[in-house]
Amino acid sequence: MAEPAVVRVERLHKQYETAAGPVHALNDVTLSIFPGEFVAVMGASGSGKSTFMNILGCLDVQTSGEYFLNGTDVRSLDKDRQAKLRNDVIGFVFQSFNLLSRASLLENVGLPLVYSKIGRAERNERAKRMLDSVGLEKYHRSRPNKISGGQQQRVAIARALVNNPRLILADEPTGNLDTKTSGEIMEIFTGLNQRNGITIVLVTHEEDIALHARRRIRFKDGFLVSDDEPRGKPTGSRQ
Amino acid sequence: MIAAMLSEAWRALGANLMRTVLTMLGMIIGVGAVILMLAIGQGTQFVVNQSIESMGSNLFIVLSGSTTSGGLRMGSGATPTLTLADADAISELNGVAYVAPSAPGVAQLMYGSNNWSTSVLGTTPSIIAVRDWKVVSGYPFGESDVRSATRVALLGRTVVQNLFNQGEYPVGKTIRIRQSPFLVVGVLGPKGQSLDGRDQDDTVLVPVTTAQRKIFGTQFQGAVRYMMVQAVSAAAMPVVEKSMTQLLHQRHHIQEKMDDDFSVRNLTALAETAATATKVMSLMLGAIASISLLVGGIGIMNIMLVSVTERTREIGVRVALGARRRDILAQFLLEAIMLSVIGCLVGVGLGVGGSALVNKLTGMTVVITGDSIVLSFIVAAGVGVFFGWYPANKAASLEPIEALRYE
Repeated sequence: MAEPAVVRVERLHKQYETAAGPVHALNDVTLSIFPGEFVAVMGASGSGKSTFMNILGCLDVQTSGEYFLNGTDVRSLDKDRQAKLRNDVIGFVFQSFNLLSRASLLENVGLPLVYSKIGRAERNERAKRMLDSVGLEKYHRSRPNKISGGQQQRVAIARALVNNPRLILADEPTGNLDTKTSGEIMEIFTGLNQRNGITIVLVTHEEDIALHARRRIRFKDGFLVSDDEPRGKPTGSRQ
Repeated sequence: MIAAMLSEAWRALGANLMRTVLTMLGMIIGVGAVILMLAIGQGTQFVVNQSIESMGSNLFIVLSGSTTSGGLRMGSGATPTLTLADADAISELNGVAYVAPSAPGVAQLMYGSNNWSTSVLGTTPSIIAVRDWKVVSGYPFGESDVRSATRVALLGRTVVQNLFNQGEYPVGKTIRIRQSPFLVVGVLGPKGQSLDGRDQDDTVLVPVTTAQRKIFGTQFQGAVRYMMVQAVSAAAMPVVEKSMTQLLHQRHHIQEKMDDDFSVRNLTALAETAATATKVMSLMLGAIASISLLVGGIGIMNIMLVSVTERTREIGVRVALGARRRDILAQFLLEAIMLSVIGCLVGVGLGVGGSALVNKLTGMTVVITGDSIVLSFIVAAGVGVFFGWYPANKAASLEPIEALRYE
């Protein structure tokens, strides 16, 4: 593919219509994220970082400007194709874990594979491997409510990884965790980035968490106000 | 994929068992009611149709006229104005297949140590064809028996059962009707109840002449109370009715403005009315029961809407992980269909059991056809799709960012 960047946004605008008039959530944001990068997105609430992440995750569409994910112009796709793209390319990790409470950990991790039409046997096999890799080999059949928050977030990471994504989008993944557990989770992210070369974009408002990333970008009032490495060079080693 | 979705739907329903069961209850009662009502309706229809068939087809009954004595008006057939000669004349008319003049009465029967009171009908061999009787053993009596007023009798099944001991063969035996000896020449096949609930098998057929001269006696020789007339086809009935009336006017010297001394009734038309009435009744029963099915469906829709709202966040997660619109739609639709189909299965059981119970408790004839089960199954699945569609569509149309933010 001629497009080397995993994420490329150009002159991105997002405008919401509210009762009080239009709100400019994103203004003229241009940046690229290359394979192997670990980017922390920072900013106060209302800064536009959530909107930015939603657009990155193909969960929302910009008002104007361009967004290429893995070389694909996201806005040109219909919702089902966007869903397919999310499924193929992105792994999501949420602040509140968002595991399905009725399903076992194995089924939770295998869920993305259900939507990429992978058969039950392979699904379970891959989900098992992922759970083992985050250190939850004893809990395959457990329900999410039987394990701790840190463990739940590890399950969520396993779920994000199960379909071999190019990009992991983590929205405040440590927001609901204590400091020690946060550290463990961040170690997993760092390891994924450095050992496996997975591109990670992580939203946080905690400086110490952001320090795990190699590149930090900051939003304020919808503008991209700072970027450690504007040209975006890969920092991890690609396998 | 399908298996995963099915087990997913199953689990979702199991997660809130009480609610699921209550929702299904609507469906169970609906389907049960439809099956039960159809069974009762079809049972009634079956009974009515059977007695219509047992009556014979394309029938008229021509009754002798009434009489007025001292201001007291007697009913039809009180004066035997119709004669055997009238019967012969009518049988010559175009479109008439058979005429069976009938002189009914009640008499005591005796055989050995048994005795039994029953209706004795003096008639001609035509009655066999007109009423569509089957002679199951022996033979019917013939025209010669009518001409010479022989003492022969055809017995209905009920009479045989009451007069003869079990296993005894009645044909060839001599019974007594009002003391006179009669030779049993044949036994009639069973017909069951008539439309008005009388036992049609509780009867004895004898030659009309024998009945008049040797059992009941008569005011006028050769006069009968009524006759059964069978037209060759349903299409011929209006013509037969008209020509028969004209003929009797002529033969009885009835001028215009004079009252008829006979009346003609179209039995088949009456029977058809009864058949139509039961059909309408069974449709109405089904329709009323269907309303409960509809209510059950609305219950499903209601609970699915609640479920979609409760699981908004789950829907958001699924969409984020790559579920397409149709995946979400299928998931919720499947749940609704599963609700209604399981409800339907239990409902079918309830309906079948209920029908058996009704049959046992009331003796009412119930008929459960495969059709009514298949039909209610299709309707139930349809209800699931129809009432599941709106909630499922609502789920599939959720914006993922809104859904993920939902608390």
